[in-house]
Amino acid sequence: MSAHSEASHGTMGQLMTGFALAAILSIIPFALVMMEVDMAPSTLVAIIMGLGAVQIVVHLVYFLHLKSSTEEGWTLAATVLAVVIVAIVLAGSLWVMHNMNANMMPMSEGNMVMDPEATPGASMSDHGAGHDAGHDAGEASGHEGHN
Amino acid sequence: MASEAHVQAPETWSPLFGRLTLDWIPYHEPILVGTFSAIVLGGIAAVLLMTYFKLWGPLWRDWITSVDHKKIGIMYMVLGFIMFIRGFADALMMRAQQAMAAGGAEGYLPPHHYDQVFTAHGVIMIFFVAMAFITGIMNFVMPTQIGARDVAFPFLNNFSFWMTVAGALLVNISLFIGEFARVGWLAFPPLSGSAFSSGPGVDYYLWALQIAGVGTTLSGVNLLATIFKMRAKGMKLFDMPVFTWTTLCTNVLIVAAFPVLTATLTMLTLDRYLGFHFFTNDLGGNAMMYVNLIWIWGHPEVYILILPIFGVFSEIVSTFSGKPLFGYKTMVWATACIMVLSFVVWLHHFFTMGSGANVNTFFGITTMIIAVPTGVKVFNWLFTMYKGRVRFEVPMLWTTGFIVTFAIGGMTGVLLAVPPVDFQLHNTLFLIAHFHNVIIGGVVFGVYAAVTFWWPKAFGFKLDDKWGRRTFWFWFVGFYFAFMPLYALGLMGVTRRLQSYMDQAWQIYFIVAAFGAVLIACGIACGFINFAVSILRRKELAVGGDPWNARTLDWATQSPPAHYNFPQDIVVSGRDYFWKMKKDGFKWSTNYQDIHMPNNTATGVIVAAMALVFGFAMIWYIWWLAAISFIGMIATVIAHTFNYNQDHWIPAAKVAEMEAKGDVA
Repeated sequence: MSAHSEASHGTMGQLMTGFALAAILSIIPFALVMMEVDMAPSTLVAIIMGLGAVQIVVHLVYFLHLKSSTEEGWTLAATVLAVVIVAIVLAGSLWVMHNMNANMMPMSEGNMVMDPEATPGASMSDHGAGHDAGHDAGEASGHEGHN
Repeated sequence: MASEAHVQAPETWSPLFGRLTLDWIPYHEPILVGTFSAIVLGGIAAVLLMTYFKLWGPLWRDWITSVDHKKIGIMYMVLGFIMFIRGFADALMMRAQQAMAAGGAEGYLPPHHYDQVFTAHGVIMIFFVAMAFITGIMNFVMPTQIGARDVAFPFLNNFSFWMTVAGALLVNISLFIGEFARVGWLAFPPLSGSAFSSGPGVDYYLWALQIAGVGTTLSGVNLLATIFKMRAKGMKLFDMPVFTWTTLCTNVLIVAAFPVLTATLTMLTLDRYLGFHFFTNDLGGNAMMYVNLIWIWGHPEVYILILPIFGVFSEIVSTFSGKPLFGYKTMVWATACIMVLSFVVWLHHFFTMGSGANVNTFFGITTMIIAVPTGVKVFNWLFTMYKGRVRFEVPMLWTTGFIVTFAIGGMTGVLLAVPPVDFQLHNTLFLIAHFHNVIIGGVVFGVYAAVTFWWPKAFGFKLDDKWGRRTFWFWFVGFYFAFMPLYALGLMGVTRRLQSYMDQAWQIYFIVAAFGAVLIACGIACGFINFAVSILRRKELAVGGDPWNARTLDWATQSPPAHYNFPQDIVVSGRDYFWKMKKDGFKWSTNYQDIHMPNNTATGVIVAAMALVFGFAMIWYIWWLAAISFIGMIATVIAHTFNYNQDHWIPAAKVAEMEAKGDVA
């Protein structure tokens, strides 16, 4: 029943500011890729991801009107909780999976995408030969890693 | 795995029936044929009785299409108890098999059947029993505790319930058409991938959980909005009863964690249906990622189950001790801490998967830390009882049984949190004993306590005391007989999910455990007898609105509450407000106003029925049916948005009439 305060819908000026910022933040990464700027791929990816993160904040603030005052601060509190949980899930998964990869699956980049047909005699059973080939090869390289 | 022994139906596909052929109907399995005939006979009997007593109309009008949170809550409980029978039958079958299959004996269940039984047991007990129970209790109790007339989105509530039913039906259909998954309750790939599980079993699992998951997530959103937006005037967050607080935290967990489950199962579905490689062994897939993701949902899930039960016990302890809850604020903060910490412990489910020492240490320590707020709660309950006038009614009996049993289960959990110990006990029966110790000792005892406690509110008469005590003692003793031997076996190194074993020294433990399961069966039977006996004796067991001398607003209504709950708006100031009202000699004013209420609607059940058909069609690759039912769902939902006949006013005269009737009873 709470009355919608006019603040929660924003003014034309705010919406246009948000639109301009969002457009700029989209054009920069697009231009970087299309103009084939000379920089290391990892730097490029970092820039695009970074601008994407800023873009999210712009959307939250200008279009979803995320302020400490909306709904007595509950919107902000809910967003902070969501961000914390997403951060835990993403950072945790990266940490855990990286750690497991280091311990369990020491594969080189080239091994990650392998042609199932290239490993003859790996098909041990009648279940899809391709799957088994990858599995066996993965294990084999795992053992090599320990030696 | 066991698929070699199983006579697989040939993989054929026809445009009309997909891959469904007559070979998938298990008419050659006597157990299934027997079960099927029993269900058909029971179904026919029910249909005849319903027709004879002309109950179809009332069932449709008053229950199936109802948007009343109390009726939906009761329907969740009915669903939970029905699925409980199915899940417990699976448990009895496993106990019987393991009591027999020692030293070369094969028992009576072949591996491919046994594997389906343990998978179905886990899936049903978590998703369709425990989840149904806690959602039902939250639905029934929480809105009345905050002085609301219904939940924030009454139609959504009805829809959520029927989606859960659709998922439950899919699991049960798999019993008689095709097969269920043989992969354990979390369906780890690569075993659950298409390479190793080609049949429809895993697809039944995926679609049942996805459809039910829609219901769970929406219900989480709904209950959160209710708590934030529909509290009685004046009720601050720290005036809310503890059960409402635990409901709040549980639903935050549902909203935060269930999307992870949905995403993970979607990725597995893409692997199985469209040849993606998220979790396959080759082409860059990584099965360990599935285990990681599913436990990011899975650990919060166990707290989703237990938190509302902590709330139930908090209400019961303070009511039957005649005191306000000891340490209300510490209880709330402990709940909030558990809510956040439950997101940083998931790796303790797979210490043995190969993480390094630093990762395992981190998650071992967080797991030990999360035991601290839980310990705080136990002491709060004990101190509430201390120097109180404790009345040992049946709900209090369950509470004390819970505190003892749950403390033991919690301690074995802390043992398992130590990674080197876990390396010895991982996937042994010690683990099985541990989580049954906390889930039965916590959730199941809590559900029985809640049912006994709120039954008089729901139906206007108490449950029979004698049968209630019998239920408790059979369950309590049966639990220890059934699971203490599993701790011992786990320490001997016996792994879970064994269809047969060679070492005959283990057999005596399994026989004792089977005896425990029989005691639990007696407990369950006593519970149902209790319902029957109490319904028959309802005249002498009838009670008024406040039979336990309780403290919170849910007891300020009539028993059963009118569908608008409260005849007037309440203005709350402070905690345990009903207690204060009683002390001040509160009476409802007779100056009634018109009350605004939502209309019943059939859209929820219709859309859920189409979702059921859609799931079935996807499982069997019947693409035309899947397309039609999916379009049907979307069309029905869009059509529903044009239904402007969504609410009605109850005139003040009608309210006065219903309130007067309540006073007489």
